[in-house]
Amino acid sequence: MSRARSALTPWLLVSPGALLFLALVIVPLVLTVILSFHVYDHGTGIKNEFTFAHYLAVVTDDYYLGIFLRTLRVAALTTLLCALIGVPEAYILARMRDPWRSVFLLVIIGPLLVSVVVRAFGWSMLLGSTGLVNQALEAVGFGTVKLLYTETAIVIALVHVMLPFMVIPVWTSLQKLDPSVEAAAWTLGASRFTALRRVVMPQVSMGMLSGSLIVFGLSASAFAIPGLLGGRRLKMAATLVYDEFMHELNWPLGATIAIIVLVANLIIMLAYNRMVEARARRTLG
Amino acid sequence: MQKNGPIALAFHTLVVAFVLAPLLVICLVAFTPENTLSIPTTSFSLRWFREIFVHPDFVASFVNSLWLATLSATIAIALAVPAGLAIDRYDFPGRDGLNALFLSPLIIPHLVLGVAFLRLFALIGATGSFTWLVVSHVIIVTPYVLRLVLAALSGMDRSAEQAAMTLGASHWTVFRRVTAPMILPGITGGWLLAFINSFDELTMSIFVTSPATVTLPVRMYMYATESIDPMMAAVSALMIALTAGAMLVLDRAFGLDKILVGQK
Repeated sequence: MSRARSALTPWLLVSPGALLFLALVIVPLVLTVILSFHVYDHGTGIKNEFTFAHYLAVVTDDYYLGIFLRTLRVAALTTLLCALIGVPEAYILARMRDPWRSVFLLVIIGPLLVSVVVRAFGWSMLLGSTGLVNQALEAVGFGTVKLLYTETAIVIALVHVMLPFMVIPVWTSLQKLDPSVEAAAWTLGASRFTALRRVVMPQVSMGMLSGSLIVFGLSASAFAIPGLLGGRRLKMAATLVYDEFMHELNWPLGATIAIIVLVANLIIMLAYNRMVEARARRTLG
Repeated sequence: MQKNGPIALAFHTLVVAFVLAPLLVICLVAFTPENTLSIPTTSFSLRWFREIFVHPDFVASFVNSLWLATLSATIAIALAVPAGLAIDRYDFPGRDGLNALFLSPLIIPHLVLGVAFLRLFALIGATGSFTWLVVSHVIIVTPYVLRLVLAALSGMDRSAEQAAMTLGASHWTVFRRVTAPMILPGITGGWLLAFINSFDELTMSIFVTSPATVTLPVRMYMYATESIDPMMAAVSALMIALTAGAMLVLDRAFGLDKILVGQK
């Protein structure tokens, strides 16, 4: 009796959540994959016939390819900038003393909790044609620059939104580094640069890698930032999906693009896991 | 401990300025007496805060978002605590798979979840229903709660539980009197994190809300794509103030770095 009970207990505990997640994660995703193969007719809507046409259209049409390329370009640039800013910043934070360390950690990662719409709106005020940035440029004598509704604006705001996702993993990996190891390297005659390169960087690189992965994935599927700072013309994958669903009403095509975004995300994730395993094998020997 | 040099501190100052700039600008512009988005130079005014209350749709969306976040965070706790107990305390076939399933909404882009929910809701005739909006938010916030609950469970000292068992307490009594109080910080932190994430969610919600169930972020997004006036700044400033308040509570109670960085 008691053994039968203990074998059942975990299932009883986990089943409400498990059933909900099966019904609302797995089922809708399968439905979306099926939807992406449905024939769409502009007059009559979704038909009960199946086709590869949407996938073909997306990979052959210059319009969609252009948007995918822009999405990749923006996400890659955002990731690079986040690494260039976030890694040194995490290192500087790690070397601060309390209370400054806690205060600034809060300042850097706190905005994570502020709605993305709010932050996007803040940047649209800063970057607008009469915004603060342009006022400053004019005051210095550069004249105004068109920033809002350009890729530059999207990248700037994305870096702002994604920076905590880079700082957090790097900070976590730095916490595992004993500061006396770096000091030991100096004592043994290593220059500051050598100590950084040979002692700190190997420790940081794992955090940087996982940070880059998160930043790239989130940037490539970002919606609010390109929606508010790219305007109607400058579309990225997420705003394109939204338009297909809500304005064009071509759901199968929208589903196709969403599935491509999901698969690309999963492939990057798998490639990353491979890389981590290979690294672990190399370092462990 | 090594100190940061002047170059490092200059770099740090620039990064902090970059992080705070858009938030500060919002908070300043919200107090402008002008009709345009401008930083008040001569006088401050509360007119744009008053303007919010003339827009009943914003107030309705705010109330709607509050209910949505409260309900979804609470349901997420009800699901994640038993699931966390099962995953942490028992070894059963499919355990790792279920854990991955529960955490999967963290990996699947919200855009894809939004599309998937819209398709499902359209097929079962549930578009525009508040109940189903809550359910979709439960899916999105449960992983955050589960992670904190799992961390609390694996971090706690189990000898108190064993002592209670030995003294003849039932499973339920042990959970209620020993385990639950010990993991309470994880549960409370998880609830707050779930609440904030649900309250701020835009990308998934914009696909599954109807005019009657529009949440505050969706309302703000729609408004900002149509027209931009200082009222948006006033609403945003209020949201920043709310978030800052929640953040201070989280930080005082648990340490924000612990919750967001995910270390124990």
